[in-house]
Amino acid sequence: MNLPNTISPPTILTISALTDLIKDTLEDNFAQVWVRGEISNLSVPASGHWYFTLKDSRSQLRCAMFRTHNRRIPFRPKNGQQVICQGRVSLYAQRGDVQFIGDSMEVEGVGGLQLAYEQLKQSLELEGLFEQQHKQTLPSHPRTIGVITSATGAAIHDILNVLTRRFAGTHIILRPVMVQGEQAASEVANAIDEFNSHQQAEVLIVGRGGGSIEDLQAFNTEIVARAIYASQIPLISAVGHETDYTIADFVADQRAPTPSAAAELVVKNRLELEQHLDQLSLRLQSSMLNRLQQIKDKQHNLSERLRSPAQLLKIKQQRFSALRQQLLVAFERHYTQRRQQLLHLSAQLDLLSPLHTLERGFATISLTSQPKKMVRTTHQLRQGDSINLRLHDGRAVATITQVTISEEQTVKQP
Amino acid sequence: MAKTIPFEESLTNLEECVKRLEQDDLPIDEAFKLFETGVKNAQRCQKSLQNIETKVERLTHDQHNNLITQPLDLTD
Repeated sequence: MNLPNTISPPTILTISALTDLIKDTLEDNFAQVWVRGEISNLSVPASGHWYFTLKDSRSQLRCAMFRTHNRRIPFRPKNGQQVICQGRVSLYAQRGDVQFIGDSMEVEGVGGLQLAYEQLKQSLELEGLFEQQHKQTLPSHPRTIGVITSATGAAIHDILNVLTRRFAGTHIILRPVMVQGEQAASEVANAIDEFNSHQQAEVLIVGRGGGSIEDLQAFNTEIVARAIYASQIPLISAVGHETDYTIADFVADQRAPTPSAAAELVVKNRLELEQHLDQLSLRLQSSMLNRLQQIKDKQHNLSERLRSPAQLLKIKQQRFSALRQQLLVAFERHYTQRRQQLLHLSAQLDLLSPLHTLERGFATISLTSQPKKMVRTTHQLRQGDSINLRLHDGRAVATITQVTISEEQTVKQP
Repeated sequence: MAKTIPFEESLTNLEECVKRLEQDDLPIDEAFKLFETGVKNAQRCQKSLQNIETKVERLTHDQHNNLITQPLDLTD
């Protein structure tokens, strides 16, 4: 140190000289320090430099972190954050402020990448990039599948294994990219854009095998998240293993835990589709058969009904014979009644019959010359007339030998 | 993307045919027509599923910086 002589005569310094001295003193003594404190009064102007105050319960210290250094900090500092900064102490000469110039910063207890992840996740979520309404449905029948991963990693082999093992007929286009390192994020984002310009792949699988958060960094970047969000082609993210969720996973239309699982998803859709197609064909057939059966039934039904005139005739015939029967019965009854009546009458008639009288010993007489004419009086008879006698059981012919007319008997002319 | 996919169209047609055919009270002529159309579409779907040739390519650029695909061989 080169302190000025304070023994008389006193040297009078200019402000600039003194501040330069102080600055030198500070910079020489505090060239590399670590300090812990809480961020407040954070300001990030257009220059990209960060200005903030670090404080604890008793004191505070102005801090600056210039663009060249803060560029390497993966997260964005926030007021109230407990951080550990590494840097040097200097003097902001224009204002005479003691200032801490940070070279790096870490959040207490949390790794910087982890924090960056949380922050990006939060801000993209707020912006709506993860919202379900933006998710596209995977095509049911992807014939061309775009794959974005390393050409040398296990991921592409896993994907090809599943896709080519399970079914024939897949067109796979690989866009080889670096999946870790500085260039990874922009390569992945580019590849997504390229597939969208190329317009051939119907679904994209973007992924890599699992790894540490550092390995997966490319899939936790905003540039990749935005490329996925902008993709018109439905996209499946397939990064890492089951438990690792990357930002890409949240933005993707569908997340698969591993690259193989992503391929399985595509296959599953395809198998489901084939099944669906089979089902449709079966339904088509069976409903047509149903229709035909219906028609057949209807026709059968109709021809049944068509036979009904014959049945109608039969019914009329039956009715006719029933009536005929009735008529016969009625007639018979009537006939019997009449017959009995007739018998009765003829019996009565019998009583009055001349034959009946004949039976009692009378006879009728007619002239043989006039056999039809009954002889009722002796005036009709002359001696010598031949007469026919009719008795109840036969006839006889006789000759009149004498005619005697009773005096009292009035002569009646026949 | 936005490519017209005849397959999807055939599938939609097929689905439509089945749906309509499964409704009753369809004149038999119409039913036959639907059935025919359905069968045609089903065949088209099957064909388009079977006709995809398995190939693995890589997406790259030609000398004019156009996107092209080239056969890819990973057997190393």
